[in-house]
This record gives sequence, structure tokens and C-alpha cells, in this order.
Amino acid sequence: MRVNGTTRPVELEPRVSLLDALREHMGLTGTKKGCDQGACGACTVLVDGERILSCLGLAVQYEDREITTIEGVDHPLQAAFVRHDGFQCGYCTSGQLCSAVGMLAEHRAGMPSAVTEEVSARPTLTTEEIRERMSGNLCRCGAYNGMVAAIEETAR
Amino acid sequence: MRPLSYLRPTDVREAVETIASIPNAKFLGGGTNLVDLIRRDVEHPDTVVDVTALPLDEVTELPGGGLRIGALIRNSHLAAHPLVRTRYPMLTQAILMGASGQLRNMATVGGNLLQRTRCHYFYDTTAACNMREPGTGCAALTGFTRNHAILGTSAHCIATHPSDMSVALTALDATIEVESTRGRRRIPIADFHVPPGSTPQIETTLSHDELITAVELPSLPVAKNSRYRKVRDRASYAFALVSVAAALRVEDNHIAEVRLALGGVATHPWRATQAEEALKDRPVAEESFIAAADAELAAAVSQPDNAFKVELARRTIVATLRALMA
Repeated sequence: MRVNGTTRPVELEPRVSLLDALREHMGLTGTKKGCDQGACGACTVLVDGERILSCLGLAVQYEDREITTIEGVDHPLQAAFVRHDGFQCGYCTSGQLCSAVGMLAEHRAGMPSAVTEEVSARPTLTTEEIRERMSGNLCRCGAYNGMVAAIEETAR
Repeated sequence: MRPLSYLRPTDVREAVETIASIPNAKFLGGGTNLVDLIRRDVEHPDTVVDVTALPLDEVTELPGGGLRIGALIRNSHLAAHPLVRTRYPMLTQAILMGASGQLRNMATVGGNLLQRTRCHYFYDTTAACNMREPGTGCAALTGFTRNHAILGTSAHCIATHPSDMSVALTALDATIEVESTRGRRRIPIADFHVPPGSTPQIETTLSHDELITAVELPSLPVAKNSRYRKVRDRASYAFALVSVAAALRVEDNHIAEVRLALGGVATHPWRATQAEEALKDRPVAEESFIAAADAELAAAVSQPDNAFKVELARRTIVATLRALMA
């Protein structure tokens, strides 16, 4: 599998999720297992630059794709999260960061969201837009305000 | 999770031949529903046939102004497609109001049509459920029913269909193209999902060996003025309590053309034909909208915990139509 720019030879049963492959078979424990059922966003990684949930994919589906986990992310968002206190316990943070990197790329590509009033127009990344676009990542500490501030600052 | 075999065909012919030769195999798309169901032992195929390598991920214009949507295009890509955004805005909105950015990047159009219910008794393998285990009964009927259906129900099942996208496709009169070793056929979406009746385990008219290859949208100028409105327990990333897909064309202050479909309240994506009938040629006024909603909801059968959905659906229909007047 191609992860963070490196090819890693792994032998896996088809039932192994991408999340378990990363954590248990490649030792990349930065990606977190929260709900393991697609409801929390903690396991978010990037595949060919798009954010996905690694718990709901079988690893075998992603052979030959370019996977980026938090260990391979080097982005101004990370320092911005620190500056704005965009976390408390930190468990959801790697998923939040991967998700935000993917989200900013989606917005740059002109993708609308559920709160975009005129979906045929190019949306502006308002606070409301950021909150909607990041709704797939839950934070039980409630550090959302810091995260939104960090994303706003980075997007500017 | 139980052991699984995995196959990844690269053309449609190979895919349909593979599924025809393995009785307990299932097609696998983005995995957002099926992988979860397998992990919880609600579904137990011995083989999954991954169809995501098939070349079915294009959106093309049809002669006359319709669209042909490949079954494997990801939900996020379909929602962002310029022709969908301008010609069928309700479809873009419906997709974007479902799930999250990550899930929409994974989920396919074909898979979205085949989503299974989110009824918690269906998911709970210790509970009675006629959909999961025919003949065992329906725990929801004596259980907690806040999320359950008020339209299309039977004495055997009251589970809601969870898809937002399918509600918009129903309002838009989409056609679903399917292929098997026996050939190709086209199914109007109104004939695709079926109410539970006495066989809740049968959710669609698709056979085991058939693969969804495309969804076609007709040319529909009225859809330019369309909206999807969704009411749920939190502002984002939740299934619908009630949702409404509507398109409207007004002439001389009368309703010349209307499309209306409901989600979150029915056992399958619900085309509101009674309401459409009641609205046709009526003057554009709040009273017309209310009368139409009442006509549709007259058949509602509610449970103690979901009785609120009748009034909520009524108000959401009226609010969506009103917004299209603006």
C-alpha cells in the first residue's frame, strides 16, 4: 500500500478495514478509532487528496491509491490549531486536521455545501460554511470554536 | 468480522457474470453502509464484489437536456457537478444534506439507492425484525418509534428509508438502468423501491444478479426552481425526521407545475402524488399549500413516538413551497 509517500508491503485478509491496516499492521497509530461505524470522523484520512473515513473502507479497496495519514500531513493548519486551542484531549485532532485539509481543497475546487444558499454559485467560506463542512468530525471536549478560528485563519 | 472473499472486476460483463455465479455474494461500492452492516453481522455475504473499478463514473448530457449519471460516481462529485447544480438544484441540496463530507466522498450513487434502513431494531441482531429475519416480528411496533415511518407502513414493518438523494430522484422521475447476464433493463424510480407489505425483506425490484449501471434524469425545466429541505435532530450530519423535495412553476399566480416528494416519513422515497394533484392549477396561496399537505398526510398512520411527524411534515411541505415562491 502507498502511505505517506512510501510503499509498504502488507499482507491482509479482505475483511481488514483501512483503519485497522494503518494502525495494527503498519504501526501508524496517529489515525484514531472512535466509533468504528462512520459516525465520528476520528479515523479520517486522505486518499488521493480526498478525505474519507478509514473505518468504513476495506484496506484491499485502497491498494494502489495514495493514502495520507496525519503522520504525512505538513500543513499550516497544524500550527493554527495550537495557536487557537483547537483541541483539548486530542483524540479527535488527527481526524479533524485531515478532514480540514480535505475540506479546504473541496472549497478551493468550488464545491457547495448544505448551507450554500445559491448552489450554482461559487461559495464563500464563511464561519457557517466551515461549521457545516466540518460536521462529520465530532469533538466531545467541544473545542469547536478554536478549530473554526484556526481554519478561518488558515483559509484567509 | 467474519472472513470474506474479495473480488474486483474491471468491466461490467465480468461483474455481472461473477455475481451470477456466487449465490451469497454482494456488490460493494464505497462501503459506507455495507461494511458497517457486515461488521455488525446484520449482513453476512461470503464474497464482496467491489464494483468501484468499473468505468461507470461519468456524468453525460443526454440529447434533449437530460443527464445520464454513472452509478459509481461519488455522491460529492455528483452534488458538485455544474449541470446538476444549475438544472436540478434540489438534487445537489439533497445529497449535501446527507451524511458528511467524508462519507459523500466514498458513497456511490448506486449504493445510495440501495441504502438499508437505519431502524435501530434492524441493526440490533437480538431484536425481532422482519426485514432482517423474515417472520420474527417487528420490535419497533412496540418500541421506540421517533425515527419511524408514518406513510407506506404495514403490520410487519415501519422502518424509514434513509436516503436523501433518492427522495430528490423520486421527485425528478429518474430512471434506473440495471444490467445482468440476462441483459439490460430500465426501471422508473417509482417502481424501484417497494413498500414493506407482508415481505419487508424485499426492499427493491432489483434481483440479486442485477447491477445498477446508471441513473438518468429527464429534461425537466421546472427543476431549475427546486429545493430540498430537511428537518433533523441536529443541524447537520443526521438522518431526516422529515424532508421535502419540491419543484414549482407558477403562471398567472396559479400553480402550473409541481413536483413533491417526502423523506424521513415513509418506508420508501415517497412521491406526494395526492399533494401534487391537490396543487395543480390552484392559486398560489398558503391555503393551497396547507390543503395539499393535508391531502397527502390523510393516509398517515403514526405511532406514539412519531405522531409529531404528521404536523412536522405538513409544516415542512408548506415552508418548502413558500420558499420556492420567493
